[in-house]
Amino acid sequence: MSEPNTQIEGGTPVELAHNREAIAALIDDLLNQAEESGFGSSAVFAIRLAIEEAITNAFEHGHEHLDDSLTIQVEHRITPSVFEIAVEDQGPGFAPEDLPDPTLLENLSKPSGRGVMLMKAYMSEVEFNTKGNRVRMRYYNPA
Amino acid sequence: MSESRLRVSDNDGVTLIEFVDRNILDEANIQAINEEITGEIEKSATPKLLISFSNVDHLSSAALGALITINNKIKEKSGELHLANIDPQIYEVFMITRLNKLFNIHDTTDEARAAFAG
Repeated sequence: MSEPNTQIEGGTPVELAHNREAIAALIDDLLNQAEESGFGSSAVFAIRLAIEEAITNAFEHGHEHLDDSLTIQVEHRITPSVFEIAVEDQGPGFAPEDLPDPTLLENLSKPSGRGVMLMKAYMSEVEFNTKGNRVRMRYYNPA
Repeated sequence: MSESRLRVSDNDGVTLIEFVDRNILDEANIQAINEEITGEIEKSATPKLLISFSNVDHLSSAALGALITINNKIKEKSGELHLANIDPQIYEVFMITRLNKLFNIHDTTDEARAAFAG
């Protein structure tokens, strides 16, 4: 199997520390840019949710057994037609296809395991690299 | 002890919980909310909780996880949990995750109050 393309052509990379103020400031900045590029409120709601989930996964799961001072990389490119974002952690990666389906009756009472499914539900495209430590998401603006 | 993230009031044996924050997203905030609501559950033999989302614009899967943990704790004590005033965009998150099947969700707090069994 070839490596899935999770690159962003001409993307702007940012190193992000595990710090809530820094995370919130970055997300607010990206969403302001999205609004300025013509993305509507339901798009911004979807993108915010997906970014929150991806960043939470990177720090809480990707870096779970690693030094909390490690940064993740968030790369983005925003045009009037597409919002692209990639989140990459320094962890060992995971296999998203092995995640149990959280919507099955037997999994409904489990408190975790919904982040990736929400990212997939709300974004137009979600692609993980083979290692599973980088995800690229796209939201196409329905102009 | 940090500042409370909740507004809690008791009325006719039902504990109404409202959120101070519009966004329930980050782990630290959710952990604090979880601990505070767990404290309310522990106060009662059969807890009856009504959680209103009237101020809430955004929540994350971690927040849903905390709600599930709270629901599980209440069920262990044969209590009841009802949710109300959920914004349509957030209700869609419950639908996508099928958690609308797990939780008792009502349009208003009045409707939720009427739904408590005992």
